[in-house]
Amino acid sequence: MSRNSGSAGTSRREILAAGAGALALILARPARATPESMAAAIKAFVGEAEVREGRVTLEIPPLVENGNSVPLTVKVDSPMTAQDYVKRIAVFNERNPQPNVALFYLNPRAGQALVSTRIRLGDSQNIVAIAQLSDGTFWSDKAELIVTLPACVES
Amino acid sequence: MARALINVPAKAKRGEIIEIKALISHPMETGYRTGPDGALVPRDIINRFICTYNGVEIFSADLFPAIAANPFFSFTTTATESGRIAFRWIDDRGQAHLETAEIAVE
Repeated sequence: MSRNSGSAGTSRREILAAGAGALALILARPARATPESMAAAIKAFVGEAEVREGRVTLEIPPLVENGNSVPLTVKVDSPMTAQDYVKRIAVFNERNPQPNVALFYLNPRAGQALVSTRIRLGDSQNIVAIAQLSDGTFWSDKAELIVTLPACVES
Repeated sequence: MARALINVPAKAKRGEIIEIKALISHPMETGYRTGPDGALVPRDIINRFICTYNGVEIFSADLFPAIAANPFFSFTTTATESGRIAFRWIDDRGQAHLETAEIAVE
């Protein structure tokens, strides 16, 4: 009886340990969210400048069925006057073969800083948009999304 | 080869912010796909897109393979004067294309 309960105890401990391990794996996933390649690409874009969160709105669906064509809109809160405007908007991804997505050049004649395009996504991942303003500051927004059918699977 | 749909309002009031849309027919081959023979299909994407308004650049973009096939762009500009809005893009084969649209500003 005591032996039985002892073995049952061990197996329960094992199950619990396995469960904890699986939970740790699930929890550990977001920890490796920023691969070095994206960080390097962002560094190439911003240089030594500080990137602050805010002013940029990245609109992208949180759940994507088809990664081959994902609508993306970047909006920056800026008056777009000759003194204060958005110069460049860059979009980066984490898990495509290349970290860069696109780099848009704007000027005050745009009237508002609003750009839309359609992109490819090879996996569920984080997308980052960074805007460079005319005063040299950088602002960013980030979106996490899930892709059920990634691009590049048909090959 | 490559065709495009350009959407520019035909008329606008002076100072109005107008939306410009462009949809270009292009495979945007990433260079990461293998063809039927198992060899990599060489990369062929539109790598640069430029929009000018009466000769002055109002928008441009550097593009990477992560842009979807048949790329679509939408952006805005201020209607300043009547004239021509021109769209130019260049792909990896060096092919350059030009599309234009007329706008009347009153």
